Formats: sequence, structure tokens, C-alpha cells
Amino acid sequence: MRLYASANQTVGPYLHIGLTWLVTRNIAGASVSGERVTIQGRLLDGNRAGVDDGMVEIWQANAHGKYAHPEDRQKKPLQRGFKGFGRIPTDARGAFRFTTIKPGRVPGARGGLQAPHLVVSVFMRGLLKHLATRIYFPDEPSNAEDAVLKLVPAARRSTLIARPKSRGVLEWNIILQGKGETAFFDY
Amino acid sequence: MNTYRRPHPGTQPDYDYPPYVSTAKRHPTRPLVRPPQTLSELTGPMFGHGDVKSTDNDLTCQHKGEPLGERIIVGGRVLDEDGRAVPHTLVEIWQANAAGRYPHPTDNHDAPLDPNFSGAGRAVTDAQGRYRFLTIRPGEYPWRNHYNAWRPAHIHFSLFGQAFLTRMVTQMYFPGDPLLGLDPMYNCIADESARKRLISAFDLKSTVPEYALAYRFDIVLRGRAATPMER
Repeated sequence: MRLYASANQTVGPYLHIGLTWLVTRNIAGASVSGERVTIQGRLLDGNRAGVDDGMVEIWQANAHGKYAHPEDRQKKPLQRGFKGFGRIPTDARGAFRFTTIKPGRVPGARGGLQAPHLVVSVFMRGLLKHLATRIYFPDEPSNAEDAVLKLVPAARRSTLIARPKSRGVLEWNIILQGKGETAFFDY
Repeated sequence: MNTYRRPHPGTQPDYDYPPYVSTAKRHPTRPLVRPPQTLSELTGPMFGHGDVKSTDNDLTCQHKGEPLGERIIVGGRVLDEDGRAVPHTLVEIWQANAAGRYPHPTDNHDAPLDPNFSGAGRAVTDAQGRYRFLTIRPGEYPWRNHYNAWRPAHIHFSLFGQAFLTRMVTQMYFPGDPLLGLDPMYNCIADESARKRLISAFDLKSTVPEYALAYRFDIVLRGRAATPMER
């Protein structure tokens, strides 16, 4: 039997009603080992206005570079209590903020290791299908050899790399249109 | 690891769709980058029966009294593109009340709130991929996309599946709704049969006599690119 995947539809303006119960702003509890980092930023539309009815979801590996998922068969340790999932709504300014640990390196599609990264889904009214992107870390030598980052036109790569803001805090904005438009992925 | 199939042409909306006015300033204007699918996208958060309460799928029992409106059962199966059940996966829903009003600070439609209806539910599919909600038939409501714009009755659905790449948010519609042909959200899908798959089917055999009618809504998540050998 061959079926086709159901069509996506926008989350609309009232997404909070159904989705807020699972909001997770601290992805890694205190017992989870790794370098702690807070990532904050804004979700900005084509007028550079903050999107106040948006939401981001994060998926990431633990500090060893292991996903809490049965299809990650690497011989690396899992961490009790670490799922690797975050769901963060934007506020009235379109701002979002979450805390986690920097993930370890995970395998790439054709061998080798990827640079540490978080994968991100972006949802909002006016978006008929969620957007996919990634957050990479600054001052990370392995960014230069990351196969996914290399596929992004050089002038746009910086849109995927968070910037140091203060001690333990990184800034990463999602810009939907125009100058500095975030690189989004199509899988 | 098997990768996931690309969407079938015409079955998914484009980001830029002028009839839905809000897409204008919220769609990417630069070409999307198409990277290979890696372990990061072929895995994803797993939720199970421990993440929901057994009553989370009953939207009629969340308050002291019963909500107003027509009780309905909404159920179906979550499948992949090869027709295999997607078991133990989280399904989240939200919807307007019977009068077409959401209990949300930005919904200022002049229709009554129902103190006995919040409009959110959750379920986890069983081993056969089945889910079931008891709720109220949602009302149609106006929105300001264009002159005299009304949304057809609908229920929002959010699903995770087994991977980052199977994540999906969609809307379920009702058969025979005269507003469907006028709705930019419904019509943003180019392929007519893909559009129609978002319309639930009246499901007589799942009705509960003297209590509630039923609608069936099967949801298909992306499938694997390479089909394993048949046993």
C-alpha cells in the first residue's frame, strides 16, 4: 500500500491552547552533565517585527553525542532524565529563551562527525508548514568541516551560528525575510 | 538508517501563498537549502503513554459541567506512507468551542466563551496506531483575512511520529462543509485529493447510540524512502 503523507496546515494564532502544556524551557535538568548554555533570540518577520504568536521546538543529542532515540545505535551513554526536547513559545516581543547543555558531535550522513548543533522547528500563524533550521555554536573549530554547514552559501552560514552574548549566554535570531534571512532547510 | 521520502508533488503547501495574507511577511524568500538527512533528523523526541493522562482525550470532562454543543467522537489511525501503523505516538489537538470561539486572549470574536470547554486534548496511539477523542463539534468563525472570511469548522492536530522529519501540524475538517471551497487554508494544497484527505469521514460504526456521532480521520506521516523486504 502506498499512501501520501497528510498535508501540513498552519498552527494558526491559537496554538498555545493545545501546545503550551508541553513547554520546556530547561531542556537539561541540573543532574544532566555537559556545558550549560542559555540561548536567546527573537523571531522576526519581514517587517522586522517580533512574531508574538510563534513557537520553536528543539531536538538535540546529549553531551556525548547520543540521541535518546532507539534508532541511535552508537555505543555511547544515554543520560537518565535527558530527552533532548524543548518547546518554547515566543513572547510579546517575539523573543524566546531556553537553557540546555551543548551537545556532543553526532555522525554525519556520509561518515565523519558533524559539528555540535541543535535542530529547530519553527511554527507560527502565517506559516503553512513549519520551518526547519539548525543552531551551531561559536568558537567551534569543527564548524569548518561540517557537511551541512558547507552546503549553506558562505554568506548565509553565519545565520546558523549563535553569537556570544554574555557568560554562558548565546544569541541566535530567526529572521524570516530580508537582510540576514535565516537559512532554512528542505528535507 | 533509512531516510524519509520527499513529499509527493502538490501534496504539501508552499510557504508563499498570497490568498492567506499572513504568509506575505512570514515566508522565507531565499531558496531553502536541501541537506542530506542525518541522524539528527532521523531521530526525534519520543512521547508515550506515560506523558498523558487517560482522560486527556476527553475534552468534555475537563470542567465541572458539560460543555455546550454537539458531542462527537473523533478517531482514526496514524499510519506511515506504506500503510504501517505508527504506534505509541503523541497526538495533540485544539479547537474552538461550539460557538466558534477560542478561550484565547487574542480571539475577540463576539461569540460566547464556554466555561466548561477549554478545547485542548491529547492522546497516544495504541499498538495499531489508533487514537480517539471525545469532544464537541467546533463552530465556524470569522477571521479578517479578506471580506466576510469564515473558517470552516476544524480541529488542529499536532503529531511527532518517530523522527524530527515526521513532525506534522495539520487541521481536520468536516464532510459537506460549504466553507471549504472558500477557505485559503484548505485550498493552499494544490493537489485536490491531498486536500480531501484532510476532511474527516462520518463514521457510523464508531457512533455511540443515544450519545454521540463519530468522525474518522486517518493521518499519514512521512514514510521511509527504501521499503524493507516483505517477509
